[in-house]
Amino acid sequence: MNGGFTGARGGGVRLRIGSEEAAVVRLLMGQLIDLLGEGGEPGPRPDDGMPDLQLSENTAVSDDPVLARLFPDAYGEDQKASAEFRRYTEAGLREGKRAAARTVLATLGEGGEIVLGPDEAQAWLRSLNDLRLALGVRLDITEETLDQMRSFDWDDPRNAGYAAYDWLTYLQESLVRALW
Amino acid sequence: MTTAPVELGRPDAAEDVRPDRPWVAIVWNDPINLMSYVTYVFQAVFGYSKRKAEKLMLDVHHKGRAVVSSGTREEMERDCEILHSYGLWATVKQDV
Repeated sequence: MNGGFTGARGGGVRLRIGSEEAAVVRLLMGQLIDLLGEGGEPGPRPDDGMPDLQLSENTAVSDDPVLARLFPDAYGEDQKASAEFRRYTEAGLREGKRAAARTVLATLGEGGEIVLGPDEAQAWLRSLNDLRLALGVRLDITEETLDQMRSFDWDDPRNAGYAAYDWLTYLQESLVRALW
Repeated sequence: MTTAPVELGRPDAAEDVRPDRPWVAIVWNDPINLMSYVTYVFQAVFGYSKRKAEKLMLDVHHKGRAVVSSGTREEMERDCEILHSYGLWATVKQDV
């Protein structure tokens, strides 16, 4: 465990992170980028001179609960309006989340003493949260989970996931405090 | 913009569209987003004071949801998109 994020000069933040912890973030961030879509390059561009409007082919909420949580329906009862909203926003939102995750990977390196500028800190803030959402949905985290985690069961195969989730929560909390 | 009075016909009761009714953006409670983070996002996105942002966050936490902004449909869709970019569970609807 390390001290989490602290404020740095000029609205940035700093973090001392060990190489093993950096490896965990790198691994999970890589999985998040994979989940958000291949490569990170924008889709094939139209070659007829038309601008790329970043429209998504997707109009329905994902069957994958993690993607459904990251890109929820914007209209509770109106499926048609939700589909229309998704068509105009999801591609851009996906690319924003991928770009933030790539910023995390680029600034994380092998760990050590990391200093982030304000924009990089914002990318970490959103991306750590996306990662916690993804991991939290996969681990089926509920309001009661904290109590379950306290009655620790050595044989629970989700222990590594819980530990990572717990640590990311600590990291995120320290980042919010450092940015305030 | 015109200042001339405009005679508006009464809408049929059957199609009560009420275009004057504002739209709202709603944030829903979830077990993962941190209370501190949600408060921070309300301040960053809407420029709310910490006190107002905290009150809204607590409404979300205790009541399950809270209206966080209101305006035109386009404005609320934009707010909703920004909130999704932060990972908050937000929806849009016309105010009742």
